Amino acid sequence: MNKNLANGLVLGATAVSLLLLLLAPNFLSGLVAIAAVGIVAYLRASVTVRSLSLALLTLGFTLGLARGSGGDLLFIGLLAVLVSLITIPGIPGWIKGLLGAAILLLSVPIAGFTNSFLFELGIQIGIYAAMALGLNVVVGMAGLLDLGYAAFFAIGAYTWAIFGSPQANQFTAGGFPLNGNFFYLFMILAIITTAITGVLIGLPALRLRGDYLAIVTLGLGEVVRVLANNLDHPVNLTNGPQGITPVERPPIDWFRSLMSFFGVHLDAKTDYQLFFYLLVLVVIGIVVAVNVNLGNSRFGRAWVAIREDETAAKAMGIPMLGTKLLAFATGAAFSGAMGVIFAAQRTFVSPESFTLLASITILGMVVLGGMGSIPGVILGAAALTILNIDLLKSFSEYLNTLRQSGATVLGFNLANLPNQFEPAKYERLVFGIVLILMMIFRPEGLIPERRHQLEAEEVKEKS
Amino acid sequence: MLNALLQLLPQVFLEGLLLGFVYAMIALGYTMVYGVLELINFAHSEIFMIGAVTGVEAFRYLAPVIPNALLLLLIALLLGAAVSGAVAVWVERLAYRPLRKRGTTNRLVPLITAIGVSFVLQDLVRLIEAIWHNEFFLRMTSLPALEQSFALPGVFVQLKSIILVVVSILMLLGLSYLVNYTKLGTAIRAVAQDMNTAALMGINPDQIISRTFLIGGALAGVAGVLFAVQYTTISPYVGFLPGIKAFTAAVLGGIGNIPGAMVGGLVLGQLETLAGTYMPTLTNGNFGTEYKDVIAFLILILLLLFRPQGLLGQVVKEKV
Repeated sequence: MNKNLANGLVLGATAVSLLLLLLAPNFLSGLVAIAAVGIVAYLRASVTVRSLSLALLTLGFTLGLARGSGGDLLFIGLLAVLVSLITIPGIPGWIKGLLGAAILLLSVPIAGFTNSFLFELGIQIGIYAAMALGLNVVVGMAGLLDLGYAAFFAIGAYTWAIFGSPQANQFTAGGFPLNGNFFYLFMILAIITTAITGVLIGLPALRLRGDYLAIVTLGLGEVVRVLANNLDHPVNLTNGPQGITPVERPPIDWFRSLMSFFGVHLDAKTDYQLFFYLLVLVVIGIVVAVNVNLGNSRFGRAWVAIREDETAAKAMGIPMLGTKLLAFATGAAFSGAMGVIFAAQRTFVSPESFTLLASITILGMVVLGGMGSIPGVILGAAALTILNIDLLKSFSEYLNTLRQSGATVLGFNLANLPNQFEPAKYERLVFGIVLILMMIFRPEGLIPERRHQLEAEEVKEKS
Repeated sequence: MLNALLQLLPQVFLEGLLLGFVYAMIALGYTMVYGVLELINFAHSEIFMIGAVTGVEAFRYLAPVIPNALLLLLIALLLGAAVSGAVAVWVERLAYRPLRKRGTTNRLVPLITAIGVSFVLQDLVRLIEAIWHNEFFLRMTSLPALEQSFALPGVFVQLKSIILVVVSILMLLGLSYLVNYTKLGTAIRAVAQDMNTAALMGINPDQIISRTFLIGGALAGVAGVLFAVQYTTISPYVGFLPGIKAFTAAVLGGIGNIPGAMVGGLVLGQLETLAGTYMPTLTNGNFGTEYKDVIAFLILILLLLFRPQGLLGQVVKEKV
C-alpha cells in the first residue's frame, strides 16, 4: 500500500477514535479505538506517524478511563497499545520506553483510582505474568513440560500464610502473626524452599525421558493440593479446605509518605492496591532481567540446546541433569516468590487456588504468547487473565440479565436456558480450545521467539 | 488389632481387584497409544469418563424399556465402547493427525494438544449434561438385579462386582489375542516398532493408528460403564484421577508393554486399596484414606528412581 495513503488512514482512524473517546467514552468508542490500534499495528505507515498515533490513543484511553466509564474495554485498549509498541518494528527505543512507562505508571493507576476492579485486574495480570515468565524458563527455554507449576505457587503462598497469620499459633508457642516486615524475608525463604522442592522432585524425574517429568509434576501438583486440603490434622498446619485468613500485609507507611511526597494522596482503599501493583511491576522487571540474562548465559544456551536436540546436546558435553535441574529450580523459585505476594495481596489462601486448572492456565499463557518469548508470555498472561476474570464473567452476567428479561435469540427464549449453563464456569473449554488451535495452527505462539519464528518460516518454505 | 486387620483382608483384596481391573483397562489405552506414537494421551482419561457418562445415560433411558438387567448392561457396555471408541478416533483425526502431518519434532506440541483435548472434552460433556438435564453430577440408575449380593466367608460380593471381573478378564484376553495372533495386531506391533519401515511393508500407519485409538477407546469405554455401575456417582471430572493412576499403572508395568499395563493396574489397585484401608488404623487416624492418591504418586516417583523401565519393561536405548 502507498505509504501516504497508509499515513492518512492511520491518522484518520486515530483522530476519529480520539474524538469518540473524548466525547463519549463507552463500549462502542472503546471498540472503535481498539480497531484503530489494530490499524496502526497492521498498516505500514511511517514510524513517526505510528508512534504519534499510539501516543494519542494512549491519551484517549487514559482520559476515557479517568472519566470512569466504558472501563474494561478501554483497559484492554491500553494493553493493545503496549503490545503494538513491542511488536511494531522500527519504533525507537526511547519512544517505547517513555510511552510504556507512561501507560504502566500513569494510565493504569489513573484507571485504578476511578475503578478499583481495574487495579485488581492489573495486579492479577502482573502476578500471572511473573509466574508465566518463570514457567517460561522451564518450558520455553529448556523444553521441560511442568504440569504442576501451581504446586510451587502453593508452597510459596502457604509459607507466608502460615507464619504471617495466627495459624502458626496452632502448632507452635504463640507470637504469631509475624510482623508484616517479615514479608520480604519470607519471599527469600519461599524462593529457597521452592527451589529445593524443585530439585527434590526433579532429581528422579529429570533423569528420564521428558514425558515422565510431565506426569510426575502432575502428580506433585495433586499431592500438594491433597496435603493443603488435609493437613488440618493431626497438626493443624494448613487449616484444610477453609484456608487461612487474615494474612498479614507488609506495612506501607513509608510508601504512603513517599507517594504524598509526589503529591499523590492515597485513601485506605487504594493504597495497598497501588503498592502491590508497583511491587508486581518491580518483580516483573526483575524476572524479565533474570530471564534475559539467563537466556544469554552459558546455561541459557545449554537449555536451548537441550530443548532442540537432547542427544546432540549430550554429545557436546552439556551436563544433562545439572542443567535441567537448574532450569526447573529457577522456575519453581519464581513461582514460590509470587505465591508470597499472592497470599499477602489477597490476605487469604485456600487449596482451591492451586488446582491442576491453575497449572494449565499458566502453561496456556506461555503457549499462547509463544514459548521462550518474553513479550509473548506477558501478552499471553494478560489475555488469559482478562478472559478468565473479566470477559467470561461479564458474558455470564450479560446472559443472566438477558435470561431474566426473557429475551429471545433466533426464536429461542433465553429464559428456557438451563441455569447450569454459565459461561464463567467453562474456562477449561476455552483454554482447551486455545491450546489445541495454537498447537495446530501457530505452535510458535502469538509473538514468537526469534529462533522459533525462523523455524516456522523454514517449515513453510519446505512444504 | 492385628486380628481385626486380617479379618478385613479378603474384602480389601476384592476391592483392590475391582479397582485394579478398571485401572488395567484404562492403562491399556495409554500403553498402546504410547507404543505407537510415543505420546502420553492425556485425553484418554476423558475417553474413559465419556464411557461412564454413556453408561449412566443408557441406564437412565433404557432401564424402563428393557426389563432384563443383564441385557441392559450388555447394551450399555456396547454403547459405551462404541461412543468412547468413536470419540477416541475423532480426537486422533482432528487433533493429533494434523500435528503428525506437519512433522513437528518438538515433543511438547502433541503433549500440550492432548492436555487441551482433555480439558475440552471435560467441559463439553459438562455443557451437554447441563443443557440436557440441567445438572452434571450424575447418579447411576441402580438395578436391584445387579446389586444382589452373596456373603462368602469374610467377603461381601455383589453380582456387579463379579460381572466387572469377568468382563475385564474377557476383554484383556481378547486384547491379548488380537495383538498377538491377528493381522491387525501384527500391524500394530509393526507400526509401534518402526513406523517408516512398516509403511514400506505396505501397512498404512494412519489407519493402524486410528485402529489403535479405536481399540484403546473402546476398552476405556467398557471400563467407564463398569466403573459407573460399580461406583455410581459420575461427573465430567471423574476421569482425571483414574486416568493419571492408570498412567502410573502403565509406567509401573513398563510403558508400551501390554501385559505390563495389566499387571501394573492390578498391583496399583491392590496397593491403593490396602493403603486406603489400613492407613487410618496404622497411624491412629492421623492420616486417613484421603492420602491414598498421595501413595500412588509416591510409588510412581520411587519406581522412577529405582526401576524406570517398569516391572516388566526392558531398557530401550534411545534412537538417534
